[in-house]
Amino acid sequence: MFESWKKMLCRNRKLFITLAVFFVLLSSPLPAHAMHIMEGFLPLKWCLFWGVLTIPFLIVGFRSISKTIDKNPDVKMLLGVAAAFAFVLSALKIPSVTGSCSHPTGVGLGAILFGPTAMSVLGCIVLLFQALLLAHGGLSTLGANTFSMAVIGPFVAYFVYKLCQKLNTPTWLGVFLAAALGNLLTYVVTSFQLAMAFPAEAGGFAASLVKFMGIFAVTQIPLAISEGLLTVVLFNLLTVHNKRELEELSVIPSPAKEVR
Amino acid sequence: MRTKNIILIALVVLLAVFPLLIHKGAEFGGADGEAEEAITELHPEYEPWLESFWEPPSGEIESLLFALQAAIGAGFIGYYLGFVKGRKESEKEKGSVAGEAGLSKS
Repeated sequence: MFESWKKMLCRNRKLFITLAVFFVLLSSPLPAHAMHIMEGFLPLKWCLFWGVLTIPFLIVGFRSISKTIDKNPDVKMLLGVAAAFAFVLSALKIPSVTGSCSHPTGVGLGAILFGPTAMSVLGCIVLLFQALLLAHGGLSTLGANTFSMAVIGPFVAYFVYKLCQKLNTPTWLGVFLAAALGNLLTYVVTSFQLAMAFPAEAGGFAASLVKFMGIFAVTQIPLAISEGLLTVVLFNLLTVHNKRELEELSVIPSPAKEVR
Repeated sequence: MRTKNIILIALVVLLAVFPLLIHKGAEFGGADGEAEEAITELHPEYEPWLESFWEPPSGEIESLLFALQAAIGAGFIGYYLGFVKGRKESEKEKGSVAGEAGLSKS
């Protein structure tokens, strides 16, 4: 396994360096408005628990990216777009109906294009650089934050999109629901993570969950809608100008395949 | 499609402006700051056991990085869209030129 990583790193060195520089430059700079769990705010055992749980997804993700690039070397730039989209959206701190601010995650698009585990890797890199350079999230909470934003979010987005395809809904609706629900569920998971670590003295886990959900999930509802809409905008543009690559990635049904 | 996208973007702007109108006096701080308060409330004895290694030294520097982030990210996406649009058009042109050449030969 290590060998295949090395092979992939060597082969795509330029891509990785570009991505790395890109991430450094783009990392979100407003720690006070960061929506991930803050450095030091999760007890050690929970940090380890979420970290260990996240690792398999990263391994599968590395392999998945490597496979995709081997098959279609042309899609490297599209992979960059998926990462760029996650970065731009996580920089947009948008006011919400609760009177506080939060930001979209932008992982839905990449999950639809490249599959959920590929986005786990990209999301984890995003979170790592933000933790290191911008005091956004944290190194100790990296596992927990990766699990919510880069594992659960993309998985929800991916399966919602696939389900919509099965049900033959219009593509835009599938994209919208995938991105919006992926975003919302990310913060539901964050609420669970905090409630599990900090059960209330009166009422325990459930009472804490309600409290954290009130802070994160409710704030996130309008933002989830915004993320859904913005993802549809970019997806529309990609469909118009680059239909071929989307078909190659089996994101939208290819007419050639149907004929066969 | 252009009209559709403009409507979608307008909706996003509305969603962002609406809270500003209904909560005129609100602080609009970060949701994680509130979570921090909630944790302190639930477990007053809890001490964060690790601090961030580095934080942007001032609000101005934060906003510099913020502007840079938005510019470069949007720039990359814009570059990509321009690239694929140009590629599509040149392929179309090549296709029609090849078609004409084929016609003139016959």
